[in-house]
This record gives sequence, structure tokens and C-alpha cells, in this order.
Amino acid sequence: MKPMENSIRRVIFASSAGTLIEWYDFYIFGSLAIVISEKFFPQGNPTLAFLSTLATFAAGFIVRPFGALVFGRLGDIVGRKYTFLLTLVIMGGSTFLIGCIPTYETFSWAPLIVLLLRLLQGLALGGEYGGAATYVAEHSPAKRRGYYTSWIQTTATLGLFVSLGVILITRNLLSDDQFKAWGWRLPFLLSVILVIVSIVIRMKMHESPLFNKLKEEGKTSVNPLKESFGHKTNLKMVLLALFGATMGQGVVWYTGQFYAQTFLLKTCNLNDVQANTWIGIALLFATPFFVVFGALSDRIGRKSIMMAGMLLAIVCYRPIFKTLYNVTDVASKTVANEHTSTNSKADAKDASLVQLITTTEKTFTDGASLKEIKTQAADAKTMVPLASSKPLVKKTVTLNSSEAWKIIALVFVLVLFVTMVYGPIAAFLVEMFPTKIRYTSMSLPYHIGNGVFGGLVPFIATLMFEYSKTPANPAGDVLAGLWYPIAIAGLCAIIGMLYLSNKITTHIDEAENEYVHSTPKKEML
Amino acid sequence: MNLLKRILGVVWMLIGPAAIAFLIYEAIQKISANPSQDVYLPWIIIITIFAPIAVGFVIFGYYSLNGEYE
Repeated sequence: MKPMENSIRRVIFASSAGTLIEWYDFYIFGSLAIVISEKFFPQGNPTLAFLSTLATFAAGFIVRPFGALVFGRLGDIVGRKYTFLLTLVIMGGSTFLIGCIPTYETFSWAPLIVLLLRLLQGLALGGEYGGAATYVAEHSPAKRRGYYTSWIQTTATLGLFVSLGVILITRNLLSDDQFKAWGWRLPFLLSVILVIVSIVIRMKMHESPLFNKLKEEGKTSVNPLKESFGHKTNLKMVLLALFGATMGQGVVWYTGQFYAQTFLLKTCNLNDVQANTWIGIALLFATPFFVVFGALSDRIGRKSIMMAGMLLAIVCYRPIFKTLYNVTDVASKTVANEHTSTNSKADAKDASLVQLITTTEKTFTDGASLKEIKTQAADAKTMVPLASSKPLVKKTVTLNSSEAWKIIALVFVLVLFVTMVYGPIAAFLVEMFPTKIRYTSMSLPYHIGNGVFGGLVPFIATLMFEYSKTPANPAGDVLAGLWYPIAIAGLCAIIGMLYLSNKITTHIDEAENEYVHSTPKKEML
Repeated sequence: MNLLKRILGVVWMLIGPAAIAFLIYEAIQKISANPSQDVYLPWIIIITIFAPIAVGFVIFGYYSLNGEYE
């Protein structure tokens, strides 16, 4: 093996391992959201509900772009290596501390501290990605930049895998009571070991050669924020990166990887074990394509692959989600067996009431089954449901395992679109900006595109579905939520196709970037 | 192509404020129908997040109109 290839592999491994751990830390909080809510944000307290909403929204959507600014600036002044070491320490430290905090029952400040630690997580994530992508790109040979940086792109998906895997193992090793009492803390505490290993690996790495060169020549930026966003020459590229690439890439990513899960669980009511297992298999098959499309972008250009991914997503989303819905829709199936039982339990708040729980179980001729649990308040004496009480219905559909490959194939196609738009994006962003302000300039559009536009997909899409429910159509339009990613990706594709160039910048050193930023406009775009 | 970019610049400059106006209108409708914290808090957060992005989109349109991307 050539020494240079050996060296770049070490760079990729060190960068990817740290980024993967940061994603792991970030997802652990989301994956254990229900337990965290019970322990730190119990229902019925408006202040805690407020803090809980902030923890959910703020960390992902507001703080990430701020992290991009804070750490991007630091990375362009101090260097890439030490900055993304710092983000790793902050992320790992916050995650570990969340696992140490006493619950709200014994420590009333716990919710506020959890919120602050979650905000620190968001801040660290905002600084990590730009550093890792820049660091790998600045070590990569020009003609393989797409291929090498695409390894960083796999870490977000792999981080999700690791977080789900660690939670699954912890749950299996412990009883339900043990997990609820203290076992949920283990995935958080484990983070500290992963982070220490990653820090040791990263400490052994050298600073980016391009940044070192700038530093030696005394050409590093004094004020990266001003140079990135205060100068029209660079600001227009930041805006173009956001509206012509990352905005669409973000919604395609979150629709394929996260909204598909929300859709199967909440809209299709698919059994959560089936949904998560099948999504996991689809992700596993699709993950290598991040590298395939990253490498392909070195040959045919970044723009063409990203725009193709966006256009395919726009055209295919509705048919794919419609098919997912039809496969899981039991209304079209023939009932083979039906059983209904009713019981009641005392209402916790009002002694004159009971909660009537009606459970209906149906099996269908194709092997699928439906379990419907209807809970409604009723008079404790007459057991007649109150007209004023709206029944709460929870449905769970379990499909015949023969349907598995249909769902896996459909989710695989959705994730394939993700790999098309996300695989080449790191190389694309790195090539847009000069070395001295690259960390700052590329991090902000990336985190607005992914954190804000992408991160809000499950929330906005679910909201649009709820708002599509009218008295005339109480079931609503199950595909209504897709209009958000379709509209954003459509707008981004129009801007990207018109304004972006498919030309690959082969050199990203300072001389080349001076060329990019000072050439007549016609040559630049 | 350059003329198209300039014309679209005007469109982008109009879309920014229009999107925010639409969000505010929707928020008022939904919050007045159900004025609970679960409803108004997410709307406030969404509008706060998207407002500066809309300003950025207007600037993008302005640059496009002025031929900065030609």
C-alpha cells in the first residue's frame, strides 16, 4: 500500500470515528426521548413542557448554526485539528453528564441542566462536521476528494445505527425495571469511553497541510465571520450553497431517513419492531452508496448527482409513500378472525369516572393483524362513555413477514436518494470556499440546510397531515406532509440547476481560491 | 440564461417576505383556534428560525437581480 494512501486512510478513520461518536451522542438523546421525558420533564407541568419543547427544537435547529459560527471561526483561526477536538470533548462531556444527573423527583434543577447540556450537544455538533469534512478534504488528492470525504458522510447513518444498537443491547441485558430505573443512563455514560478513544486517535493526527501552509505564511483570517458573511464575494457563495444545495439536500436526507420512520409508525401504525428493523436493514444496504456516489462525483461532477437525487426524490416521493401506506392499510384486507374485549380502570383524577378500555384484535387472511385499543372516559356507575370525552385510539398493524422486502425495498430507494444528495455534498462545499475561511463558510449553510430545513421535516410534515383533517375528510390526506420536502427540494433544484456549476475544482489551495474568488463571473460559475 | 437569473431574482425577493407572511397568517389562525402552549410555542420557534433565512433569500434574490451570479 502506498504511504500516501495509508496516511489518508488514517486521516479518514480519525475524522470519521470522532464524527460518528458525535452523531451517536446526538441521537442517543432522541432515541431515549420517552425515558428522558419521564425522568426530567414529567407531564402536567407547563414549565417543564416548555423546557422539553426547547430541548427538542432548540438543540437541533437553533443552536447547530450557532455552533457552526462559533467553532467555524475558531477552526479558521486556531486550526482544524484542535477545534474538532474541542467539539468532541464538549459533546462527549455533555452526553456523559446527562447520564449522571439525578432525576426531577430528587433534583428540581435537573430539567434546566439537561436543557443546557442538550444545547451544548447541538453547539458541538454544529462545529464538528465542518471541521471533519474540511480536515479530510484538505488531506485528499484532488481527483479523489469526493470519494474520501464521502466516508465522513456515512457517519450520520452509522451513528444512528450504533445508538440504536447500544440501546437495544442495554434493553436486552437488563430487565424492564432495571432499564427504567438506571439502565437508560448506560448509553450516555458509555459515550465517555468512546470519546476518550477518539480523542487519543485524533491527538496523534497532524494539522491540515493547507491550514499549516497558510499559518506559516501568516495568511490565516483575522476575522473569519466578517470575511465569510461581511464580504459580498463570499456571502453570495454562502447563500448559493444554502439555497442551491444544502436546503434541498437537508429535506431529502430527513425525509428518507427520519420522516419515513415517522410515517410508518404514526401514519401507517406499523408495529415499531417491524418498522425499525426493516428501516435498519434498508439503511444497511443503502449506506455503501454514500461512498459510491461520492466517488462518482469525482468523475461526473457533484452538481449532476445531487440534482438528479433531488429531482428523483421530488418525482418519486408521493408514489413511494402511497405504496408504503397501501401495503400497511388493513382496510383493503379480508378479516379472518375478530375478537373484542372491554375492561376499565379508575380515573386517576376523578373518582366518579373510569377509563373504558376496548381492545379489538383482528387477523386477516394474508397473515396481517391489527390491534386497536380505544380508551374513553365513562361514568363509573353506569359505565356509559361520556359524550364530551373524545376517545383515544391506538392502532398497531403487524404485517406478514412476506411484506418485509416490499417495505425494505421502498425505504432503500428513499435512502438511495439521500446518498445521491448527501454523498458528494462535503466535497462540493469544501470546493466552494477558500482555505482561510472554509470552516466557517461551509459550516453555516450545511447546518441551516440540515438542522433547520431538514430537521423540521418530521415536525412540519406531521403538522401538515394533521391540518389536512377536515370535517369533510376526518382521516386527512396521508400524503399531505410530503408537500413540504417536495416544495423545498423543488425550489433548491431550480436554483441549483440554474446557478451552480458542475465543474470540479481540482485544487483547493489558496492560489486556486484566489482564482475562484477573483476571476470574472462568467468563468467562476 | 442570465436574463432568466435576473428575472428570477425578483421572484426570490418576493418569495422571502411572502413565506414569512404566510407563516404568520397560519400561526395566528392555528393559535387562535387552540391557544395552548403546545400550539403557540412551536409556531413562535418556527417563525423565529425562518425569518432570518427569509432575509437571506431576499439578499440572494437581490444579488441575482444585480447579475452577481452571471
